[in-house]
Amino acid sequence: MQWEAVIGLEIHTQLATQSKIFSGASTAFGAEPNTQACAIDLALPGTLPVLNEEALRMAVKFGLAIGAEIGKKSVFARKNYFYPDLPKGYQTSQFEFPIVGKGEVEIELEDGSRKVIGVTRAHMEEDAGKSLHEDFQGMTGIDLNRAGTPLLEIVSEPDLRSAKEAVAYLKKIHAIVTNLGICDGNMAEGSFRCDANVSVRPKGQEKFGTRAEIKNVNSFRFVEKAIQYEIERQIDLIEDGGEVVQETRLYDADKNETRSMRSKEEANDYRYFPCPDLLPIIIDDVYIDAVRQTLPELPDSRKARFMEQYGLNDYDASNLSAYRDQADYFEAVAKVCGDAKQAANWMLGEVAKYLNQNSLDIAQIPVPAANLAQLIQRVLDDTINSKIAKQVWDAMWNGEGDADTIIAAKGLKQETDTGALEQVIDDVIAKCTPQVEQYVAAEPDKRGKMLGFFMGQVMKASGGKANPGQVTGLLKSKLDKLC
Amino acid sequence: MQQHTLAGLAKQLQDGQCSATELAQDYLGRIKADTTNSFISVTEEIALQQAKAADERRAAGNAGLLTGLPIAHKDIFCTEGVRTSCGSKMLDNFIAPYNATVVEKCAAEGMVMLGKTNCDEFAMGSSNENSFYGAVKNPWDAERVPGGSSGGSAAAVAAGLVPATTGTDTGGSIRQPAAFCGITGLRPTYGRVSRWGMVAYASSLDQGGPMARTAEDCALLLQAMAGFDQKDSTSAQRDVPDYSTSLNAPLSGLKIGLPKEFFNADLDGQMASVLQAAIDEYRKLGAEVKEISLTNVGLSIPAYYIIAPAEASSNLSRFDGVRYGYRCDNPKDLMDLYKRSRGEAFGEEVKRRIMVGTYALSAGYYDAYYLKAQKIRRLIQQDYIAALNDVDVIMAPVTPTPAFRIGENTNDPVAMYMEDIFTLSLNLAGLPGMSVPAGFIGHLPVGLQLIGNFFDEARLLNVAHQFQQVTDWHLRTPA
Repeated sequence: MQWEAVIGLEIHTQLATQSKIFSGASTAFGAEPNTQACAIDLALPGTLPVLNEEALRMAVKFGLAIGAEIGKKSVFARKNYFYPDLPKGYQTSQFEFPIVGKGEVEIELEDGSRKVIGVTRAHMEEDAGKSLHEDFQGMTGIDLNRAGTPLLEIVSEPDLRSAKEAVAYLKKIHAIVTNLGICDGNMAEGSFRCDANVSVRPKGQEKFGTRAEIKNVNSFRFVEKAIQYEIERQIDLIEDGGEVVQETRLYDADKNETRSMRSKEEANDYRYFPCPDLLPIIIDDVYIDAVRQTLPELPDSRKARFMEQYGLNDYDASNLSAYRDQADYFEAVAKVCGDAKQAANWMLGEVAKYLNQNSLDIAQIPVPAANLAQLIQRVLDDTINSKIAKQVWDAMWNGEGDADTIIAAKGLKQETDTGALEQVIDDVIAKCTPQVEQYVAAEPDKRGKMLGFFMGQVMKASGGKANPGQVTGLLKSKLDKLC
Repeated sequence: MQQHTLAGLAKQLQDGQCSATELAQDYLGRIKADTTNSFISVTEEIALQQAKAADERRAAGNAGLLTGLPIAHKDIFCTEGVRTSCGSKMLDNFIAPYNATVVEKCAAEGMVMLGKTNCDEFAMGSSNENSFYGAVKNPWDAERVPGGSSGGSAAAVAAGLVPATTGTDTGGSIRQPAAFCGITGLRPTYGRVSRWGMVAYASSLDQGGPMARTAEDCALLLQAMAGFDQKDSTSAQRDVPDYSTSLNAPLSGLKIGLPKEFFNADLDGQMASVLQAAIDEYRKLGAEVKEISLTNVGLSIPAYYIIAPAEASSNLSRFDGVRYGYRCDNPKDLMDLYKRSRGEAFGEEVKRRIMVGTYALSAGYYDAYYLKAQKIRRLIQQDYIAALNDVDVIMAPVTPTPAFRIGENTNDPVAMYMEDIFTLSLNLAGLPGMSVPAGFIGHLPVGLQLIGNFFDEARLLNVAHQFQQVTDWHLRTPA
């Protein structure tokens, strides 16, 4: 039988506010346990929440970015359940009236085709703390630093049909929230995480199968693997005559499998009701328009502009527009050096390679955009050749200064003095008698290929500094004279 | 024992007849000799420090009207460095690292905190019998309850242990004990007084307010307590009027409404005649009295006993034995920690309301209970809004009877809930109300309830004050 997977994602994005959603405590990551939890975060009796307006603004920004309906009246509700890292015994979330309603995003699949994925809603809520199970002699430690961190939970329609589609959608949302500057997108630190609802059904069947929810997978790769595993598990189960049960499952990256965490019967009755400590949030068109004014250019329109303005191809434009920091860096380089194609090649070549090797984000790149632009200019104005440019780049990366400084300090300026070059060429021709004889003996149309050998010898002899264009011309005329 | 008002003591301080320190010492002495169990904590050291500071402030010429005057706070307002128990074993060991806004504001005026008053556990109750620290005795009759939940606050004022106290009123918890103890109490409009640091029972109904001998004193204290607080999202961004200046406005032409749903054949005959006599006083002062109708007010008890427990069940979830408060000995596992910590530390009435509220919010019951109750709540509010378009103030009984005996209603929770029949609807509507001493049945005081429009506390205080200019019920003191 042909099976079809049906997948919906719930993405939790941590909003990049300075302070928590209902208190003034800092949201910075990595502090000593419980040093960033104030009386409100600890749910001391008598404390009350006050909404961080910045979180609201960020949520509205997201809604506008995906063309969603914005809830002009949204309401915080309490989701009641007991857990040690949930200090109040309820999570303040939004239920019936979320801040962001229906919207959609377009994803691009591997075969280049496009698909629109529906976003059901996105709502603001507070994060819980963390339970630490190690190092407490059989007891559990509670760290409430994260408690009260603002989250935007983005819920998709069950429109995704494969693990690859799910990851493409996840990456799309990741690009949108990071471009908007409302989330740092750091999956390892849990700033961007997702739960996947997965079910399978015979292809052509309308009705959804029973779904399992996979909790908290924290990398794109694992999301794909976890969903793929779960799809296969469910198909195998049904084909063996079993039944999928509605449950929450945990993905184990080490074993690449999902495991049952709790079944529907053990699920909580959350007893949602409107939070009486917070008034409904009422926003009007003036507010929404003001937020709209602050929207940055988003990846899709930036990509289109890159193709139009810089003449980049689809692939390069896609790659360079996905992340704001990278796109900004590229544009800065392109503007200063004046050659967007060269800038794109550097971005996707050496820049990407060095960032990757050093596990750095573009935001942490040690070379300012202006310096890379200067380097490209030095290639364009024939001060150095492209081979030497890589050497200069490496030096810039290692903090040895800007391109001009390094070129001067290392004497890497291209040799363009014809007399000097002719001397080098004559020496090479004199040394390589057998190759010269072969060249002379060869058919004229084969000689072009053989020129490469002499080029290499000349470049080597010049310490790489010879201008390759000049060398080609001189070599050719000198050798052809011998024929 | 001589009883004083805040206004009277303020004058004595101003005139230099006594110092704040002498006042504090005098009252601390009275509290030591107390037999009503009105206090959970006495803060002698803080009181003497604050009194000394108040005297210095006066000497420096910076004293305000309330500087140096003693006060006690219901033990549901958080006090930095002083236990805030909420009348519960759960918080017997809890010391807040912050002051409630109300506490902070009183301190900023230079008031002197004598201690924390007894109350029903987490403000749930109408008799002050639901306190981990024991029942409070009514100063008028030691065998009777002082009312609740602000029973200690009311009894302390009636017994002359402190001239004024703070209370909270979720369903009548200021007005009912004020009536039972023969003092004056004001529950402000929802949002008038900050709830920051006031441990929540039912967040959409809770409101703190003053309890004192006279309307004039309530005006002085409310002046200090009221106002917008950015730490409480539900507090109102409205200016606070000067409550004292309007006290003396004449009442001629005042329109009083008497809800026929309250003044009916079910009302106790003696209660009816005391209240009628009081209303006659208002006629003499020039007020017009007419019958009004609050059609849905009869549904207040069921609506209240859904909404309040629903909110309470969620509000009290934080008491889980994990971070503060009571924790059971040697928990086996997490579930055992939860069950025994909560089971051992919460009293019966608190558990009952948590159960009721949890049930009312459960999947499948939410629409039938919580949502329906919210609809009724809106209808009751609309009834009041319509009535208050027509009259300036509504008058009603506060309680069906005077103070009942300790133990009389403890085995019958529904009978206990019926005690609140005249007070609950106002909380559901979010309106301000007062209880004013209006006479006696036998040796027990009776209160008259005044209900005003939203943020019309100044009018209520004026209406109560004018009555107190021509009556002396509020000046009577227990033997």
